[in-house]
Amino acid sequence: MIGYIGRSLILLALLAASAGSLVGFAAAVRRSPSGLVWTRRFAYLFAGAMIAANLLMIYALLARDFSVAYVAQVGSREVPDWVAVTSLWSSLEGSILFWGLVLGLYIFGATWTNRNRHPETMPWALGVWLACAAFFSFLIAGPAQPFLTLANPPSAGPGPNPLLQNHLLMIIHPPFLYLGYVGMTIPFGLAAAALASGQLGAEFIRVLRTWLLLPWIFLTVAIVLGGWWAYEVLGWGGYWAWDPVENASFLPWLTATAALHSAILVERKGILKGWTVTLVLATFLLTLLGTFMTRSGVFNSVHSFTQSAIGPTILVFLSICTLFSVATLATRIDTLGAEGRLEPGVSRDMAFLLNNLFFVLFTFTVLIGTVFPLVVEAVRGVQMSVGRPYFDGMSVPIGVALLFLLGIGPALPWGRASSAQVKRALLPPLAGGGLFVALGLVAGVRTPWPLVTLLFGGYAAQVTLGELWLPVGQRMKARGEGVLQAVAQVQSRGRRRSAAFIVHAGMVLVMIAIAISSTQGMTTEVQLVRGQSVALGPYTLTFLGVDRVSEPHREALVANVGVERGGRDVGTLKPRMNYYSAQREPIGTPAVRTTIAHDLYLSALNIDPGGQTLGLHAMINPMIVWIWVATAIMGLGGLFALLPARRIG
Amino acid sequence: MSDSPTAPRHSRSRTKWIALGALVVAGAGFALLTVGGIGENLVYYWGPTELVGAGKKAYGATIRLGGQVVPGSIQHGQGSELSFAVSDGKATVNVRTKTVPPQMFREGIGVVVEGTMKTDGQFESQRLMVSHGNEYRAPGDGEKPDMKQLMETTTGISGAEGQKTP
Repeated sequence: MIGYIGRSLILLALLAASAGSLVGFAAAVRRSPSGLVWTRRFAYLFAGAMIAANLLMIYALLARDFSVAYVAQVGSREVPDWVAVTSLWSSLEGSILFWGLVLGLYIFGATWTNRNRHPETMPWALGVWLACAAFFSFLIAGPAQPFLTLANPPSAGPGPNPLLQNHLLMIIHPPFLYLGYVGMTIPFGLAAAALASGQLGAEFIRVLRTWLLLPWIFLTVAIVLGGWWAYEVLGWGGYWAWDPVENASFLPWLTATAALHSAILVERKGILKGWTVTLVLATFLLTLLGTFMTRSGVFNSVHSFTQSAIGPTILVFLSICTLFSVATLATRIDTLGAEGRLEPGVSRDMAFLLNNLFFVLFTFTVLIGTVFPLVVEAVRGVQMSVGRPYFDGMSVPIGVALLFLLGIGPALPWGRASSAQVKRALLPPLAGGGLFVALGLVAGVRTPWPLVTLLFGGYAAQVTLGELWLPVGQRMKARGEGVLQAVAQVQSRGRRRSAAFIVHAGMVLVMIAIAISSTQGMTTEVQLVRGQSVALGPYTLTFLGVDRVSEPHREALVANVGVERGGRDVGTLKPRMNYYSAQREPIGTPAVRTTIAHDLYLSALNIDPGGQTLGLHAMINPMIVWIWVATAIMGLGGLFALLPARRIG
Repeated sequence: MSDSPTAPRHSRSRTKWIALGALVVAGAGFALLTVGGIGENLVYYWGPTELVGAGKKAYGATIRLGGQVVPGSIQHGQGSELSFAVSDGKATVNVRTKTVPPQMFREGIGVVVEGTMKTDGQFESQRLMVSHGNEYRAPGDGEKPDMKQLMETTTGISGAEGQKTP
């Protein structure tokens, strides 16, 4: 019964999206207002059908209705209800269904907020969105079929992958990633609409930028959540490994970030329109490439789903979208002529250009390193991967260059400036850079790249905080307002500007934390006998013994490691090995003690069931917690920019 | 660059060409850097037969060697020194490592070791990962060992140190 209703809803979504897409394009060509009204209705219908289908699947998962194919595949009576709900996106077929839900929500939101605006461009955008919606509905109805009814339903299911049940972060990482990935459909449609209608004015670029910023926030947070999860669960002590699938999420982030910056030049100066549109189109194509890489099994990774017809189908869609994008760009880019021009010289405008150049270089660097092994295997049949030193070696200089621009860009004035002005703008923040370098030297940083990062980071920090304070100080001086009142006034008037600098502040902190954590850590790997100790930095770690723990869905061997710091007992850490019934091999879970300065990270390599020996991997990872904090700052800063502007009399 | 009212179209297109030229040169330089960087940092996935067959050519390259731990070959040396042999049924390679072995490491299990071939014929490994595919089977006659499948079922293969893939 549930299977039948579910399949009907998916079919309804497919019909609504296909019809809406055709009507949308027709309305765009004929400039028909009633056609636009009908297109919007189809969009709402698609969103409604997708929401209903997902609610139905959640119900089936909670009811453990094993006659539904997807529930039989991932459901289990043993797992708690929250795991049952999250298994909606834990496996391939469900994740495509969830994709449909997110797409429905986005299309609904973007259609609703623009229902009274841009009647010439919106039909094009709706046509493109609904065409994508039709494709994903087809994917659910055809190759995925989560609602297939099983003739002989099993009495119980296996439950989702144990590694994904291991940590609460797994509940939020995938939805954030989908909200980031799927959301890029909206700016894609808007950019294509701008090309098709030949219009990208200051008003429309703001709509585009808003709908690019929203998924960008989710993507930013999702990337770091994935790193956080890897750090807390996987036990190798790091958060980023240049895994192909990590790269797949990073690539659209790079192009989207570039587009967010070039869009400012479009809005302010009427230049770089075609370029910005190209970046937005590329962002969407990269999300599809990432989806293909995770969904097709071409890479082996923690993210891999099983192979199926879904991968090739996505590849076909990616090819169609790429052809469509290139063709539209080639034929229509000339319609987006520049209204202004770029002044040569040292200016903020130039910093924006360089920013874009480096983001694109970064994108190519990562893209080439990710795709290269696939090409070699396809051409020569040799299996290989590109090692981490390539990615580190390339991305560190590019990242540092971007940090440098993040500092000098906002310090420079717009347009043409005299060299005296430039000097006056650029010299003072060197104090901040010097301060950070001095702090680093005191803390024991001696290697060049981290010191350069600290120099540019301190510089950028002073510029960023200065820019945040500037309007507040001006109001306090000019109007005699108190600090709080001035802050409140500035936040409601110059919100987008403040928000941008809050995001920048978070970025500076992230980059410093990454530079320090990846270079200044300590690590040791030892086999300990019970009672034996090992020293690591200020810590003495003693293997005290092993507990056997029995939990409803798993058994575990828990190692007790006593931690002393400078002779003082600071507690016991418990790295463990979990044994799941569905899986023969154990999965280790590390134990982490977080402080403001660093994390003490213990991971059990092996635990003797008799409790006599422990293979221990112990690490001191400095500044890790600041990566999570800074990402929260970036996310909140982005959301702040999206708050509707308050009218003030 | 002239800004006279009759010239802007012409000068704009010239600027465009100059910009395009600069971009091509920069792109070529960047491509060279990238290709060089990739070439130096390749990690090859090989089986013992391929590794033995490569002979001297294998020295120095970073290699992920996959195969089965030969029963009776595991020897613990001084401290954390560990040596064992990896085989695909046709060829055998001796491996030495100082890493602490993971929980499931034992005779007969499928492993992937990452490291380099030394001139003394020993494979020196910095990383030791265990396959959790239920049975690693040495390939039969005429069969090519499926390195990819072994990599896929191996804990910790996806670029990260320690444990990763389920």
